Amino acid sequence: MDDIAHPFDDATRLARFEARVAREDKVEPNDWMPDAYRRTLIRQISQHAHSEVVGMLPEGNWLTRAPTLKRKQILLAKVQDEAGHGLYLYAAAETLGISREELVEQLLTGAAKYSSIFNYPTLTWADVGAIGWLVDGAAIMNQIPLCRCSYGPYARAMIRICKEESFHQRQGFEIMLTLSRGTAEQQAMAQDALDRWWWPSLMMFGPHDSDSPHADQSTRWKIKRVSNDELRQRFIDATVPQSKYLGLRIPDAKLRFDKKTGHWRTGEIDWAEFRRVIAGDGPCNRERLADRQSAHDDGAWVRDAALAYAEKRRKQAA
Amino acid sequence: MTDPMMPLWEVFIRAKAGLAHRHVGSVHAADPEMALQAARDVYTRRGEGVSLWVVPSASITASDPADEADLFEPVTAKPYRHPTFYKVPKEVGDM
Repeated sequence: MDDIAHPFDDATRLARFEARVAREDKVEPNDWMPDAYRRTLIRQISQHAHSEVVGMLPEGNWLTRAPTLKRKQILLAKVQDEAGHGLYLYAAAETLGISREELVEQLLTGAAKYSSIFNYPTLTWADVGAIGWLVDGAAIMNQIPLCRCSYGPYARAMIRICKEESFHQRQGFEIMLTLSRGTAEQQAMAQDALDRWWWPSLMMFGPHDSDSPHADQSTRWKIKRVSNDELRQRFIDATVPQSKYLGLRIPDAKLRFDKKTGHWRTGEIDWAEFRRVIAGDGPCNRERLADRQSAHDDGAWVRDAALAYAEKRRKQAA
Repeated sequence: MTDPMMPLWEVFIRAKAGLAHRHVGSVHAADPEMALQAARDVYTRRGEGVSLWVVPSASITASDPADEADLFEPVTAKPYRHPTFYKVPKEVGDM
């Protein structure tokens, strides 16, 4: 009714929008929303979708070389889940008025980012374990609060994803457990994987809160519900005891337990490395994008043929 | 160059016989058969249902959120449509 009184008053609309978000009402696709809210969500959801899709590549590397048929079946199911998660998220982003084709194009041209963790290589089978345990573990920490995001389609996609993701972390931990209870060579392999994945996993939570440019607005709009540093601390506190159970050493000489706060404190993250990998100069950035590009190109004839066949049938029916 | 648009379909799943189909998400596909196949792959990897519907998204007519107050206001204005509006004397018992 206020819309009739002030049909073009964006300040009023913004105030009503913010009041609505503040009382935990969800925002749905056709509702009025500030442009910055829409843009932030498109950027965040599409980055997340791209991460799921690119995330298939490092693990796909081991599909043909998984040590047993059981491990191979599990890894296939996991990689298929990542594809599904990417698709749920693309669909959520599309409700904000961007097309799937534009989203894919943004990934392939490098206009959109994906999680920098997937620019690291999977050198041994233990890396598949470390990815499940650490990378999926960190992803779950990030994703659980997103199930309460103010944007309905994103929150709903996250609920589905979180349900499926916990199998990913457990299968990774199980691989690490098997290796760490195995031969000296297997234990060394597990330790080596932890050495290489630990720091990049901590970087997954993004810059320190003091260096996060959009955090305030995203928090007020309930897009982001828990800060980067808080999530990172939760992950560290959950993971350090798990590494002890595995008998593996966290590669951080400064790691210590702070009795006063009950938290594990780590040394400083190498932010120069983080920025370098995000800027495109990680070990596998070029390879990942080239693989996505060739998968997209190799599938072009299938998309063309499917559309042509649908068009032919439409004409025949007419 | 951006690719040609692949049509969008809304996906509905019946979790088990006896329950209604419920919206779960959407997929892109060239035709209904491929949409059904994609919906099966994307939305039913863990026994989520026993029946699938796919509907072209463009065929859905939706109410405008701006009309919410006008469309749905009468529900709250007519409390006598709810059983709790009526007082039944204790002596009468359950009704």
